[in-house]
Amino acid sequence: MGSRASTLLREEEIEEIKKETGFSHSQITRLYSRFTSLDKGENGTLSREDFQRIPELAINPLGDRIINAFFPEGEDQVNFRGFMRTLAHFRPIEDNEKNKNYSGDFIAFRLYDLDRDDKISRDELLQVLRMMVGVNISDEQLGSIADRTIQEADTNGDNSISFNEFIKVLEKVDVEQKMSIRFLH
Amino acid sequence: MKTLLKIFEWATLRIERGAKEKNHPLYKPYSNAIIAREPTSLEQEIKEIRRSGSNRDFDSASEFEMSDIFYFARRGVESIMDDEVTKRFSAEELESWNLLTRSNYNFHYISLRLTVLWGLGLLIRYGFLLPLRVTLAFTGVGLLVFLTSVIGLLPNGRMKNFLSEKVHLMCYRICVRALTAIITYHDSENKPKNGGICVANHTSPIDVIILASDGCYAMVGQIHGGLMGVIQRSMVKACPHIWFERSEVKDRHLVAKRLSDHVEDKSKLPILIFPEGTCINNTSVMMFKKGSFEIGATVYPVAIKYDPRFGDAFWNSSKFGMVNYLLRMMSSWAIVCSVWYLPPMSREEGEDAVQFANRVKAAIARQGGLVDLLWDGGLKRGKVKDTFKEEQQKLYSKMRTGSEIHLCTSD
Repeated sequence: MGSRASTLLREEEIEEIKKETGFSHSQITRLYSRFTSLDKGENGTLSREDFQRIPELAINPLGDRIINAFFPEGEDQVNFRGFMRTLAHFRPIEDNEKNKNYSGDFIAFRLYDLDRDDKISRDELLQVLRMMVGVNISDEQLGSIADRTIQEADTNGDNSISFNEFIKVLEKVDVEQKMSIRFLH
Repeated sequence: MKTLLKIFEWATLRIERGAKEKNHPLYKPYSNAIIAREPTSLEQEIKEIRRSGSNRDFDSASEFEMSDIFYFARRGVESIMDDEVTKRFSAEELESWNLLTRSNYNFHYISLRLTVLWGLGLLIRYGFLLPLRVTLAFTGVGLLVFLTSVIGLLPNGRMKNFLSEKVHLMCYRICVRALTAIITYHDSENKPKNGGICVANHTSPIDVIILASDGCYAMVGQIHGGLMGVIQRSMVKACPHIWFERSEVKDRHLVAKRLSDHVEDKSKLPILIFPEGTCINNTSVMMFKKGSFEIGATVYPVAIKYDPRFGDAFWNSSKFGMVNYLLRMMSSWAIVCSVWYLPPMSREEGEDAVQFANRVKAAIARQGGLVDLLWDGGLKRGKVKDTFKEEQQKLYSKMRTGSEIHLCTSD
């Protein structure tokens, strides 16, 4: 229902979201319209099923993990604020606002670190690898890939990758360029 | 007609101007895609990510890097923000307002003149056009049922066919008037002939009426109960249509057999089929089901494109029931559409049904100016098959073949 979109989102809310995430006014209204069109239950929140209804997301090997990134710890519903906060991580960072909170590194780390203990263990790495390759590579080969990766990244010898070690590995990669999405105004 | 268009454009301009004066940021859905997406391939993207960071000389695409995850993450989030499929199942958004509240996302009180105009439009549509159309609709349907039953009593023969053709055409034309559908037919020399199959893109049940008022077709479908059932049964008396019992629909071989039997009989009318299987919102053409393309008859593609400015014909069956939908149709300004008859196509040597279906689909999409999608219209209600995900996984793991690592399963 189109007419609900602009009436349910109040100006003050838009301003707050603008300050918090840095999206422009038109982007926020556009994303709100997207939010409501995904919200089939029409109760102002999105559940995991709502996300899974997007076919292109459902066939993405990391689809479930990405959906998880939207939901705060232990919760099953995400409201519009939470939705925008997660999306803000993918906004390209302007030069004048080096806001450390919205960095693609952290989201990427989260995608690996399922139990949120701030470390990527060998198991967690294996899980993500398995999701990406499906059934096409054997357990041993996958294991050796995981071992090699941890060996290269792990500097303090605890056999897992912490956030700092993760960042160091990615230093060479221009994260902002690759993680951020081209938004149109 | 043109005056109506001019009024619509003026109305939108007024809204924009009014919004600027009051400093209300305007919600312009049509001109705002949220993100720019580029269809790059998996391999390309990952190589680029690697190259930007790595200073190794040899091709390092064969080993896993932690940054590979970025590609999938980004595509995933992009598809959350805007994807090609889900937006095909809701009505198209318009650039200029056409004075119907249902297509307006921006209804503020802008000016007195605009509201008066809107009120006037409302009055005309509901007070004058709607009752007129409803009476016409009832007349049309009633006549159809009555006359076809009468003709059914006649013995089979040329007279019967001739009469039934006339009757069908007349009744459908009345129905067309009932909806005030303004139809432009292009390329009528390519009209479907007997013994062929006519395929078209599907936007609403009105498609049937639009096509049938220009030529006679044998319809295919399920037998419904109630009013629809009565209409179906009486139509069959006058000329052969293919109606299936609900139980027969599941049996694909039975369906195919009946269709091919009908097609082989050259005296029978061309079959009308909508291979998408469900209503799509007329901005794109989705996957064609291959059943009708396996039969081997000549296919006559038809492209139907509606002009949404006067009334959106898309039937969102999860939102509106049939009656509700018809009322909305009858209370819009008009249904304007163009029908293109495309030259006939047949299956070529070495082409299987799926490729043939895709070729026909591409032709229809090109003619109607619609986006050609590979996705299945069934995604409106069902989930996507896991095989697609497995394809993506296979592609990624193929890249992992370096000199030390071998794939254990061959594809």
